[in-house]
Amino acid sequence: MSTTVDARGLSCPQPVLMTLDEIKKGSDMEIIVLVDSDTSKENVSRAAQSQGWEIADVQETEGGYQLTIKKN
Amino acid sequence: MKLKNIFATRWGIIGVGGLIGVLAALLQKLGNPGNMGICVACFERDIAGAIGIHRAAVVQYMRPEIIGFVLGSLIAAYIFKEFRARAGSAPIARFVLGVFAMIGALVFLGCPWRALLRLAAGDGNAIFGLLGLAGGVWIGTLFLKGGYNLGRTEKTHTSVGWLLPLIMLGFLGLMLIFPQIKGEAKSGILFYSLKGPGAMHASLIISLAAGLAIGFLAQRSRFCTMGALRDLILFKQTHLLSGVIALVVTAFIVNIILDQFHPGFAKQAVAHTMQVWNFGGMVLAGLAFALAGGCPGRQLFLAGEGDGDAAVFVIGMIVGAAFSHNFALASSPKGVGPHGIAAVIIGILVCLFIGFTMRKKTA
Repeated sequence: MSTTVDARGLSCPQPVLMTLDEIKKGSDMEIIVLVDSDTSKENVSRAAQSQGWEIADVQETEGGYQLTIKKN
Repeated sequence: MKLKNIFATRWGIIGVGGLIGVLAALLQKLGNPGNMGICVACFERDIAGAIGIHRAAVVQYMRPEIIGFVLGSLIAAYIFKEFRARAGSAPIARFVLGVFAMIGALVFLGCPWRALLRLAAGDGNAIFGLLGLAGGVWIGTLFLKGGYNLGRTEKTHTSVGWLLPLIMLGFLGLMLIFPQIKGEAKSGILFYSLKGPGAMHASLIISLAAGLAIGFLAQRSRFCTMGALRDLILFKQTHLLSGVIALVVTAFIVNIILDQFHPGFAKQAVAHTMQVWNFGGMVLAGLAFALAGGCPGRQLFLAGEGDGDAAVFVIGMIVGAAFSHNFALASSPKGVGPHGIAAVIIGILVCLFIGFTMRKKTA
């Protein structure tokens, strides 16, 4: 079961901070991040990649995106 | 499936930052004030003067660049399907942050963009402003790490997101109905400066075109000067910073070519040498930008893509300019205003109050 970070309605840098917090916990190999803007999608992707994680999947949802990031 | 946003890549942000630097230096050549090819704070202050909410005679002009920034961003957001009307994340806090951001910026005499342009033109006083900006943003990152948060926005009526762009269209309309008349300080209901920085401007069409181009590209690239420092301090990320550095480099090169580079501290254009307050004013501004999530330019671009809270910050800045000049808080080339120092101290206390008390848990 993967953790979900719900960053909808939040603007940068909150979605990135929340995602990095979850990455640092180190309990999951996969995290789902919900965002509601292209900017947040780009920022979260960039931050995850800088931590050595990969963007496994990006789904368009109603009014936003669901990102699945995985530890390499 | 949408196309990949090439402007959000490293070379994208460098290209946009570089272009802003070139256009700013050119706008100065084409008539804008010294080392003020573009200054979001100064130009919003000039707009406040044009509509008469302050009466500082030397800084009154309806700056088309600002109008272009918002409308250019709106156009980009619609073309790339990124327009999302949203609001409701502590608007009154954003208004107050906007007011004090402007007050701090006008003690230094410039927004972060102008601080960079001043540096690129050889104005050494800008170094103290930029250090202050970094200091203010650093304090902001401490709050962010501690859980500071103004809360979530809510999706709202499309027309909410249109309000600031419509206000800007209204301003443009006023400018066309009441155009500047040579030698007249007023045209219809609009005020126009006869001397000083407000009297110096490129032609309406050039200013508007440059504003639209920058607004369009900045929306795509998410260019933000505060974000550049924040991401560097908070995440050791240099993505946005590379755009900011590109701006300084290209503005410097164009300034050299156009003979607009004059290194030194004394007698710089629209600047003073009281370094403690160049620093202090920008500590206040940087902290307010960090707590509000964007530099003044970025707030205009966010407002253009439908962010009603960013729009409130913009209105806060315009009102803050009125306070600055009506209460003698703004600096001049002679130095800080009579009440500028008190205003900076009060502003920092207000920002600390906001930072310490607004820690909404988002989980």
